[in-house]
Amino acid sequence: MRQAFVRTLCDLAEADDRIVLLTGDLGYMVMEPFRDRFPKRFFNVGVAEQNMIGVATGLADSGFRPYAYSIAPFAALRPFEFIRNGPVLHNLPVRIVGMGMGFDYSHAGPTHYAIEDIAALRTLPGLSIVIPADGCQAATAIRATADLQRPVYYSLGKDDRQTVPHLNGRFEQGKIQIVRAGTDIALIGMGSLSAEAVAAAEHLSELGIGAAVAVVSGFSPDPAQDIAEMLSRFRCAVTVEAQVSSGGLGAFVSSVIATEGLSCRLRILAVTESPDGTSGSQPERWRKYGLDRESIAKSACALIEAAR
Amino acid sequence: MNNATAQRIRRIVLRESKRANVGHIGSCLCVADILAVLYGEVLRISSPEDPERDRIILSKGHAGLALFAALAIKGFIPESALETFCGDNSLLGVHPDAALPGVDFSTGSLGQGLSIAAGSALAARLQGSDRRVFCLISDAECNEGSTWEAVMFAAHHGLANLTAILDWNGQQAFGTTHDVLDSSNMPERWRAFGWHVREVDGHDYAALFQTLSDLDSLKPHVVLARTVFGKGVSFMEQGVPLTQTHLPVQPINWHYLPMSDTEYQIAVAETEPVS
Repeated sequence: MRQAFVRTLCDLAEADDRIVLLTGDLGYMVMEPFRDRFPKRFFNVGVAEQNMIGVATGLADSGFRPYAYSIAPFAALRPFEFIRNGPVLHNLPVRIVGMGMGFDYSHAGPTHYAIEDIAALRTLPGLSIVIPADGCQAATAIRATADLQRPVYYSLGKDDRQTVPHLNGRFEQGKIQIVRAGTDIALIGMGSLSAEAVAAAEHLSELGIGAAVAVVSGFSPDPAQDIAEMLSRFRCAVTVEAQVSSGGLGAFVSSVIATEGLSCRLRILAVTESPDGTSGSQPERWRKYGLDRESIAKSACALIEAAR
Repeated sequence: MNNATAQRIRRIVLRESKRANVGHIGSCLCVADILAVLYGEVLRISSPEDPERDRIILSKGHAGLALFAALAIKGFIPESALETFCGDNSLLGVHPDAALPGVDFSTGSLGQGLSIAAGSALAARLQGSDRRVFCLISDAECNEGSTWEAVMFAAHHGLANLTAILDWNGQQAFGTTHDVLDSSNMPERWRAFGWHVREVDGHDYAALFQTLSDLDSLKPHVVLARTVFGKGVSFMEQGVPLTQTHLPVQPINWHYLPMSDTEYQIAVAETEPVS
C-alpha cells in the first residue's frame, strides 16, 4: 500500500495546497515522488516522532493538512500522548500514517511489529482509524477521508501487490465490506489478513462449509450496525487480526455481539502471547500466531462443531 | 497594561487559588511579570479569533491561572469566568484548555508545547504571514527529550518567528532542578542547539519588554528569564509553609500547598497594587 499511499497523496496534493507531508526520516524510495513534486511541502523532521506530531498539530491549527509518516509503532505508539493531547484534544485534521501492519516488518523483529497500534488508538474516540485491506482500498480510503476535519490514523501494509478478491477498492467509513457470501459461518478480517480470511473461506468451501467474509477497514466511526446486521444471520463467527486481542477487532465484535444480544459464538484469532524474541517472515508469523489461512479454517471448523 | 498588570495577575492568582483551595501558586506568581509584558506590550492579538494574531502557548500549563488572569485583564474572557476556576464542568481547570477563548493550545503535559509552537511558526512562514509564536516553557520541562526534538527542528528550519521564554526558576516537583536533573549551562545548551539566546531578569518589566521587543536574529529565540518561584509573596519565595510547619522549608512547597486564611491575608497584603 506504500505506492498507493504516495500516488494518492500526490494526486490529492495537486488539488489541495494545504497538504504537507512529514516523515520521521523513513520512507526512503517511497516518498520521493511527493518530495520531488512538492519540495516545499515535504519535511523530513528527523528521527523525532513526538516532535513530528507536535509540529503537525501546529500546522493543522493554522489550516494545513499534515500527513505524518513513519513505521507504525513509531508513528502511533512513541508519540501516543502527543496524538492524544494534540490532534485529538484539539480536533485537528492531522493524518498519521503508520507503515507496516501486523508483522509486515517480518525479519526486522518485534520492535517493528504493529500489533498494538489499532488497539491503542481505538482508546481515542476522536481519532478515525482507517485500515485498508489492500492497495486499491487504501487509495479509495485515503481519498474518502482526505477532507475530514477530525484526525485520522492510517494503518497501511507494505505490500502493493496483494489484493482482496471482490473488494474492488470499496471503502466507506463506519461500514464493512462483504467480499464473499456464505451461510454457515462469518469470517471477519482486518487489514492484509482479510486476504487470508478469503483464502480460508475458499478452503472451507472445499469442505462443504459456506463461509461469508467481511472486511473491517476502520473504526471511529465503528461499523457496529453492519456487524450486528451481519452476525444476526450467523451462529458462528471468526475474527482475524494481526493485533493483540485486547481492544482490537475481536474485542470490538464481541462487544457488538454482547450489546445486541446476538446468538453468535465468536472465536477471536489475534496475538495473545508476549513477544518471545523471535522474528520471521510474515507468513511464518501468521502461522506462529494462528492467523494464517489454515488456522482460520481450522478454527472455523472447530467452532462450527462446538456450536452444533 | 503596565507594570501594575503583573500585580493584578498576582492578586487574581491569590484570590482564585484561595477560593478554589488549590496549589500551583508559586508557578503562577513566577510568570506574572512575563505574562504582563507579553499581553501588555508584545503580543499582537486584535482578537482571539483573528487568524493573523500572534500565538502564545503556555507549555508549562500548570501556571494556567496566571494565564486566565491575563486573559481576563485583556478582556478576552469575562472577569466573572475566573470565579469558575476549578469549579465543576468549568473550562478553567488548573491547566488551560483551547476551548477557552484566548487559549491557543491545551497544555498540561510538559514537553509538548514547543513542538506545537514550532509547527505553528512553520505554518506562518509557509503562509507568508508575519505572525509570531511565543511559547512559555519551564526549566524542568527541559528534562523532556521531546523539548529538544523541537529545539533541533526549530533551529534546523531557522524559525526566527518563534520565541521560547524559559521560566528559569530552578525549581521542579521534587526540589531544585540542580538536585533532580542537573540543568546547568542552560544558555550554552540552547546556543549549542543553534538558538539565539538572551538572558533577562524575569521580573524586570522594562528589561523583559526591551528583550522581547528586540529579538533580531535569523535563528529561533530563547529568552532565559531568571525568575523566583512564588515571586511577590515573601514567605513563598523563601519556601516557608507558615501553617503546615511540619514541612521542610523549600520553595517547591508552594507548588502544592493551598493557602490557609492567614497565609492568604499576608500574601494579599504583600501584593498591593502598584500605584
